[in-house]
Amino acid sequence: MRVSLTVNGVDRVVDGVEEHESLLHLLREHLDLFGTKNACEQGECGSCSVYLDGVLVCSCLVAAGQAEGGTVTTVEGLSDDGILDPVQQAFIEAGAVQCGFCTPGFVLAAHDLLRHVPDPDDAQIREALSGNLCRCTGYQKIIDAVHRAAGR
Amino acid sequence: MDTITTVGTRGRVGEATPRIDGEPKVTGAFAYASDLHREGMLFGATLRSQVAYARIHSVDTSGAAATPGVVAVMLGSDVPGKNRFGLNFFDQPVLAEDVVRYSGEPIAILAASTPGIARQAIGRIAVELEELPGVYDMEKALAPDAPRLHEFGNVLRHVHIVHGEPDTAEADVWVDGYYETAMQDQAALGPEAGLAVPAEDGGVDLYVATQWLHVDREQIAPCLGLPEDKVRLHLAGVGGAFGSREDIHMQIHACMLALRTGRPVKFSYGREESFHGHVHRHPSRIWMRHGANRDGRLVTLDVRLMFDGGAYASSSPAVVGNAASMAAGPYEIPNVRIEGTVVYTNNPPCGAMRGFGAPQVCFAHEAQMDKLARALSLDPVELRLRNAVSTGSVLPTGQVVTGAAPVRELIERCVAIPLPEPEPDRGRDLMHYPGGAGNVTHGEGIRRGVGLAVGYKNVAFSEGFDDSATARVTLARTPDGPEAEIHTAAVEMGQGLYTFLTQVVRTELEIDRVELHAIDTLIGGAGSTSASRQSTMAGGAVQMACAAVREALYGRARARTASVPPGAELALGDGWVTCDGAPLVELGDLLDEPVSCEAVYHHRPTGNLDENGQGDIHVSFAFAAERAVVEVDEDLGLVRVLQVAAAIDVGRVLNPLGLTGQIEGATAQGLGLGLMEEVQLRDGVISNPSFTDYLIPTILDMPPVVSVAVEDPEPGAPYGLKGIGESPTIVATAAVVAALRDATGRELNRAPVTPDELVGLRGPATTSGPPPIPEVPGQKSVPFYFGMSSGQQKIM
Amino acid sequence: MSYLRPTSWAEALAARAEYPEAVVVAGGTDVMVEINFGRLHPSALLDLSRVGELRALGREDGHVRVGSGVTYQSIMRDLPGELPGLAAAARTVGSPPIRNRGTIGGNLGSASPAGDCHPPLLACGAEVEIASVHTSRTTPVADFFVGPKRSVLGPDELIAAVWVPAATGPQTFSKVGSRNAMVIAICSFALALHPDVGRVGTGIGSAGPVPLRARAAEQFLEGHLGETGAWESRPRLGDAVVDEFARLVAGAAQPIDDVRGSADYRRHALGVVARRSLMWCWDEFRGGRP
Repeated sequence: MRVSLTVNGVDRVVDGVEEHESLLHLLREHLDLFGTKNACEQGECGSCSVYLDGVLVCSCLVAAGQAEGGTVTTVEGLSDDGILDPVQQAFIEAGAVQCGFCTPGFVLAAHDLLRHVPDPDDAQIREALSGNLCRCTGYQKIIDAVHRAAGR
Repeated sequence: MDTITTVGTRGRVGEATPRIDGEPKVTGAFAYASDLHREGMLFGATLRSQVAYARIHSVDTSGAAATPGVVAVMLGSDVPGKNRFGLNFFDQPVLAEDVVRYSGEPIAILAASTPGIARQAIGRIAVELEELPGVYDMEKALAPDAPRLHEFGNVLRHVHIVHGEPDTAEADVWVDGYYETAMQDQAALGPEAGLAVPAEDGGVDLYVATQWLHVDREQIAPCLGLPEDKVRLHLAGVGGAFGSREDIHMQIHACMLALRTGRPVKFSYGREESFHGHVHRHPSRIWMRHGANRDGRLVTLDVRLMFDGGAYASSSPAVVGNAASMAAGPYEIPNVRIEGTVVYTNNPPCGAMRGFGAPQVCFAHEAQMDKLARALSLDPVELRLRNAVSTGSVLPTGQVVTGAAPVRELIERCVAIPLPEPEPDRGRDLMHYPGGAGNVTHGEGIRRGVGLAVGYKNVAFSEGFDDSATARVTLARTPDGPEAEIHTAAVEMGQGLYTFLTQVVRTELEIDRVELHAIDTLIGGAGSTSASRQSTMAGGAVQMACAAVREALYGRARARTASVPPGAELALGDGWVTCDGAPLVELGDLLDEPVSCEAVYHHRPTGNLDENGQGDIHVSFAFAAERAVVEVDEDLGLVRVLQVAAAIDVGRVLNPLGLTGQIEGATAQGLGLGLMEEVQLRDGVISNPSFTDYLIPTILDMPPVVSVAVEDPEPGAPYGLKGIGESPTIVATAAVVAALRDATGRELNRAPVTPDELVGLRGPATTSGPPPIPEVPGQKSVPFYFGMSSGQQKIM
Repeated sequence: MSYLRPTSWAEALAARAEYPEAVVVAGGTDVMVEINFGRLHPSALLDLSRVGELRALGREDGHVRVGSGVTYQSIMRDLPGELPGLAAAARTVGSPPIRNRGTIGGNLGSASPAGDCHPPLLACGAEVEIASVHTSRTTPVADFFVGPKRSVLGPDELIAAVWVPAATGPQTFSKVGSRNAMVIAICSFALALHPDVGRVGTGIGSAGPVPLRARAAEQFLEGHLGETGAWESRPRLGDAVVDEFARLVAGAAQPIDDVRGSADYRRHALGVVARRSLMWCWDEFRGGRP
């Protein structure tokens, strides 16, 4: 089937999408946008998080057809021509990145939190990021990064 | 919490340096193995056995082969070289031909034009299997009538260590204990993946996420029937590893299909296949008996330990060697007997995971120390301080600790970290109670507990391995000034190695611009990124290569300027060669031709265990102490960890930013084994191969880790450093469970602790006593005595 | 395979009638997992996410009509005052991105015994509004589930909405899980007091083939509160009453052993959370009386 959508500000028309495919597959396999990660395909790890029409979602749980006519922002769309989003900058500075596989998802989730709660406390950060698994950092530096980004 | 130092420094050794791959990782540009793609590439898929032990009668691939889009289907009989690989021994088939020995074992592979077709076609392969009575219990594997899973039987290795006079030693107080730990999954976020590209010379280029390129190649080439120089490995982005990428998973399969089809072939496992596709942490059973004098001095220790190696050897022989040799913990005990066995079963293969045998024994010896302290009416901290090893101590293997061993300082500094502030019993935010948003308590049933654990880990490979590392450093002139390039085969998997290597070059050559060459097998091996060794080994090699570059520069400086008096001291500084402190010549002027030097770093040689298990087998040791504070809902058995205090023996802080990240992450994995992580098996079949059912700690499960880095430089190591990737994991499980015991008063001799156990519905793990000690030809792995070739030894 | 994308309720029902074998997908948080893992190979997907009517909240006769396409996030945000038990349950579902997508209708439609919305809906006496092109009917939530992942929903039917009586007394929901976030319930329990009609509602999740009511516990407590005039006098509840209630809740469970927990633990934990839930609700009802 054909899916038309806007990804990171660019209108895209994708042909040959199979009906059972997820938005995650559409992004990775059809649009070569590999920043959105596939780590569980169950909505348990948050690595595939994107914005769909401004709402944070696990792209592995969105049928590609559900994104028809929609607006998607992936991690690639957060930075602009080498200018990093403050959340991205804060993740680097705080040491919140190790292997980095979970990082795009965490960056999106932190970005979404700060849109709604500009200066969150630890408890708010923990609840907001509870859908993202990280196996490297033990999470403390990620919390540090969100605090750091909140100041900008 | 250690505070974060401002970044943006020049990034020399010891300075907080942001990671060099940070930007591509936060923007999504970093190419992990699963992100690789080539024009015209095919997608691989694997048919795996769904039963644990069976004879293969027939495999019918016609349905799969006839599926439109399928380009090739291959079986064990299609393996071009020998159908065997393995990290320690070549005992594992690339594709099972006659027998499958574990659930998840690959039987067939295929390549198709899309991942969907590949997956669909796998379902069209018909396999006729005859199930065989298997062995699923490590003790039953020792029974005389147990099915023999390999020609040499079910015992893979037995280690026997006797030190002093354990049979006759007398003590005032005796403490017995039995302990179990579960199979743990590394659960790296990036599943296994790689891309094989056929080359014009008949060879193959493999882009893969691995921990050790050269040992992969050493196993791949013979299976492909190719000389090693025709198998070139290139490191793809690694999404975490923790031991799970030390073994072969999709490497040979992808290469076989690429060579057969003449097209690039990519494998990219999903989460479920990842659980079947890599080795796990060994489940353990450990029996311990400690004897001590009334004054709290340890006198004697008797240990019997068993590890379940699963169906194939992987690195199990080395794991059990580690576990046995470190079973006494970081304590001086004059009389010790340790009997350690690892057996084959029909469970999934076990191998390397962070800690490599040490977490299991730490869980046991630390529980014993607390038991002993109670029996002696002694403060458990004091008991540990009285027996802690220090430089000069003798270990159960007879090895003398020659390096830094600040164990007493670690314990003292750990327990000196302030306990977390008390919180009110009632009226907290739900998230601050065990069970979180689940809303199961508003303060009812809450009990606090505190537990301490001390442990240690060998740094680098032991028992005679010479796991050297090679590095080449090339200094060239660029329009932006002198720039160095580092070439190694050392793998970065998230821990910050590459950033550290650039710090080494900046420190040694006094320049700012450092680049990394792609990581591949076009240079000599660097050994595995594991065993807390790679900063020492690759760091040492880069440091040596820099020294050679420096000497070459001095030679050029002397040749160029007549004004250097004999005996004058040359140095580097700010892009200049200086002579007795005065600028002599600018580096750029010496670099008409680049300077390029290669160096190989070896750690000091180690020996093997003699017939009594005595030997100087380990290179050096890293120690750690952690204290956990928990709250338990004693009616529901739910847990919230409030704080982990950590004092870690680091040798020297290399990069404060990376250091605390390693401590916190390593602690989280140990905490996971203590509280929730268990690969559950039913007749050898994993019943929870997903992130819905295999739980790892979330951000709401991890407490703040308050850490102290204790700097006591390791003699002979570059910058006095010690690897710290593993030691916090080792102690975290033991500390968390000790805190649970303190909170509940229950025995809790098994990790992970379940809610049933915390409320008393399930009693402690029981045993009818240690199993008999198997008869083996010697201290080495049993297959060795049967003439089986060994994997790693050959390339050492 | 077909992908059906109705944009109105009428179109959705027509599509359902035409493709009874289609798998219905709304938030996708259950269905897509099954598809991703290769456990479900639907011949058609019926995507309800564009049916605007299903996202509406309405009020009528003391009931809240929750459209089947209302997300957990919306329930948490918009209904904590009227439906506190359901809102508390919604907060325990998955994680923020899951709650942004997952819907109450999907929770019911999947009919998992572990569905987090089910216990509070049972405790509140909610009814499910079911429609086909031909008919519309409502069925009590208690009669909706017929087995693990099976409901009374016919092949041509869709869930339109859930009718939930607005709370007239305290409600609570508790979910026992072995991790402090993002966990499927080992067991769960909801309690709702309905002082206006002298009724007590309960719901048990993840401890039987279907979500369960603890009817004996409800009857026992209703009897005690009615006979002693406690709805009016609001005295402290004696330990014996609380203990018996907890015992009856635990006894109503029909749990099994699985990867998440043992049957014994489930029964035990239900007793504990039943006791605590009653204490919290009753204390709230007493409103700080000594």
